[in-house]
Amino acid sequence: MLVSTAVLAGLGLVAGLGLSLAARFFAVETDPRQEKIADMLPGANCGGCGYAGCNDFAAAVVKGDVEPDACPVSSAEVAAAIAEVMGKTVEAKTPMVALVMCQGSEDADLRKKYRYNGVASCASADLLARGDRLCNYGCLGLGDCLRACGFNAIEINDLGVAQVIPSRCTGCGQCVAACPKGIIRLVPETARIHVLCSNHDKGAAAKKACSVSCIGCKKCEKFFEGSHMKVADFLAAVDYDNPPTDLDVIGQCPTGAIVERDFTAAE
Amino acid sequence: MKFKGGVHPQYNKATAGSPVEVLPLSDRYVVPVSQHLGAPGQPIVEKGQMVARGEPLTEPVGFVSVPVHAPTSGKVKAIKDYPHPMGLAQTAIEIIPDGEDTLYEGIRPVGDWRTMEPGALRDAIRDAGVCGMGGATFPTHVKLSPPQDKPIDAFILNGAECEPYLTSDHRVMVENPAEVMEGVGLMMRVLGVKKGYVGVESNKPDALAALRDACPADLDIDFALLETKYPQGSEKHLIYALTGRKVPAGGLPMETGCVVQNVGTAVACLHAVRDGMPMIERVVTVTGAAINRPRNLMVRVGAPLTDVLAACDGLTEDVGKVIFGGPMMGVGQFTLEVPVIKGTSGVLCLRESEVAQFEGGPCIRCGNCVDVCPMGLVPSLLGLLAERERFDELGDGHVVDCIECGSCAYVCPSHRPLVQHIRRGKAEWRKIQQKLKDKDSRVA
Repeated sequence: MLVSTAVLAGLGLVAGLGLSLAARFFAVETDPRQEKIADMLPGANCGGCGYAGCNDFAAAVVKGDVEPDACPVSSAEVAAAIAEVMGKTVEAKTPMVALVMCQGSEDADLRKKYRYNGVASCASADLLARGDRLCNYGCLGLGDCLRACGFNAIEINDLGVAQVIPSRCTGCGQCVAACPKGIIRLVPETARIHVLCSNHDKGAAAKKACSVSCIGCKKCEKFFEGSHMKVADFLAAVDYDNPPTDLDVIGQCPTGAIVERDFTAAE
Repeated sequence: MKFKGGVHPQYNKATAGSPVEVLPLSDRYVVPVSQHLGAPGQPIVEKGQMVARGEPLTEPVGFVSVPVHAPTSGKVKAIKDYPHPMGLAQTAIEIIPDGEDTLYEGIRPVGDWRTMEPGALRDAIRDAGVCGMGGATFPTHVKLSPPQDKPIDAFILNGAECEPYLTSDHRVMVENPAEVMEGVGLMMRVLGVKKGYVGVESNKPDALAALRDACPADLDIDFALLETKYPQGSEKHLIYALTGRKVPAGGLPMETGCVVQNVGTAVACLHAVRDGMPMIERVVTVTGAAINRPRNLMVRVGAPLTDVLAACDGLTEDVGKVIFGGPMMGVGQFTLEVPVIKGTSGVLCLRESEVAQFEGGPCIRCGNCVDVCPMGLVPSLLGLLAERERFDELGDGHVVDCIECGSCAYVCPSHRPLVQHIRRGKAEWRKIQQKLKDKDSRVA
């Protein structure tokens, strides 16, 4: 008993000594700032910054390849703290949140081209005549974005349309890249008014495809006399660099494509 | 020679004995500007303009492009987006016939193909808008212009018609063998080849006999009755079955020194040169259990599908699916408001009870798909990789060599949508390759 304890303790001592020596003599030199920055980052390794995880991003910041505030997930405070480590300053950026530019039609089941029973993936369905819905632009609801989201921030609603849960969304942009229709956008968290439609067809065709489509009537554009909102290619769009605030524009839209979303409100 | 794999679906060639009848003129025609593989043509007519039968409506853009022509005389009503049999709405020219069916004055014989230069023949074929009538609609003049470093020594006439149900090629061979063989002679002159092959599946011995009887004595042609097996009519497999030559992985059929053309294309080429007549009509098999009177029709390109169906006494009430082409590789239609186009070899109408609606299960590794894949691929693996979005690994499985024949999905006991998986995989794999190429060119 005594002997075995002593042998084991001795072995432990020798191994420990070896390890501590190895740690001293074979240590890989890293910038202490890199570790500090990595600790501040969310650690989700979502890839939203374009680097292979948070550590890789931290290394890039230290090397000066990328600005300290380039992590789309971190808050403004974290960005400022990272900048401080680097001895830089960053301007405060408005946090972004993902928004699916499609509301889905109420009678979506009737507005179908065909019965789809193929692969449950939007990208695959999109290859078959742009999907089974009459609207060639709208959400297919098969969840490619949902699977891409690392924060559980997307769900498919009752209308079969993907919906972002703003309180969970970090604005990393993975869903934007995953959507084969390209209808998910990152918008400033503070913007209140949105055109939730992506249909570029002429009014009559758009109306046939969906009950809440933008028909390009330009009423919103006229309401703001050309600023804040613009209609291009039969589709109205909010100018997110200069977003509108007058909620009365919602009543102007004949189809209900313009809606209010308050991302800063509690869930 | 027999190729590996393949399947034996029920052939259902019920219309094989029905002579081709001419579909009466419709009261409107919708002619899509893009009916071929390659760049769509540019419209050269205007709204309100009167056009005559055979008058060009578009001019080709680039080398891999052919024009389309007016199917009858009449007035151009509109040039806008119309439903297209390939799925998405596309630019088309709508013509309201004047009932006269006047021939365009520019149509006159181009010359005697026996004395014409290959270049002039190719031009005539392109100007007539000829593209592959087997269904793939690749511009014929392009296939007849092999690059200098790829010498061609054999011509192959594809009379396999391996898709179940379809009989349009069969009827052309039986009813019009002399023109088919003259077209073969013409195309062999364009290519400058002395040796020709004709391949017909064993379920059409009458077609092979007709072609053999019609073959001029000065043509050196081997006639072969091939095993009835899908996909016998695939270019690569037909070449192997007739000559024993194999297309290298990732390569084009012409790398074997062979050029393959469909029987309908041969006739179209002859008409283009001998009469100067553009490709404005084709034989369409209208068949299936959900059509009241299956038959073979000579249809002008651009004729509404609804008129074609009406000429066959309409669809039955329990129709479940209407497919352009055959059941293996055809394209399901979601609206009947589409026109017949140059590649429409058949209109297959299936009953609701015949249309499979099932959910795909997991792969059980039975290997059936591997046994039947005529390209020697491993469809189960390709399907799984694509399903799990591991697209970068698809290259090792030679995903681009998949001909999308559907044999794997046909035999899969788990009903996996293998072709759909692989098609997505192919598209994504090509995207990755393009990205790598762009990166390389940026670095360089």
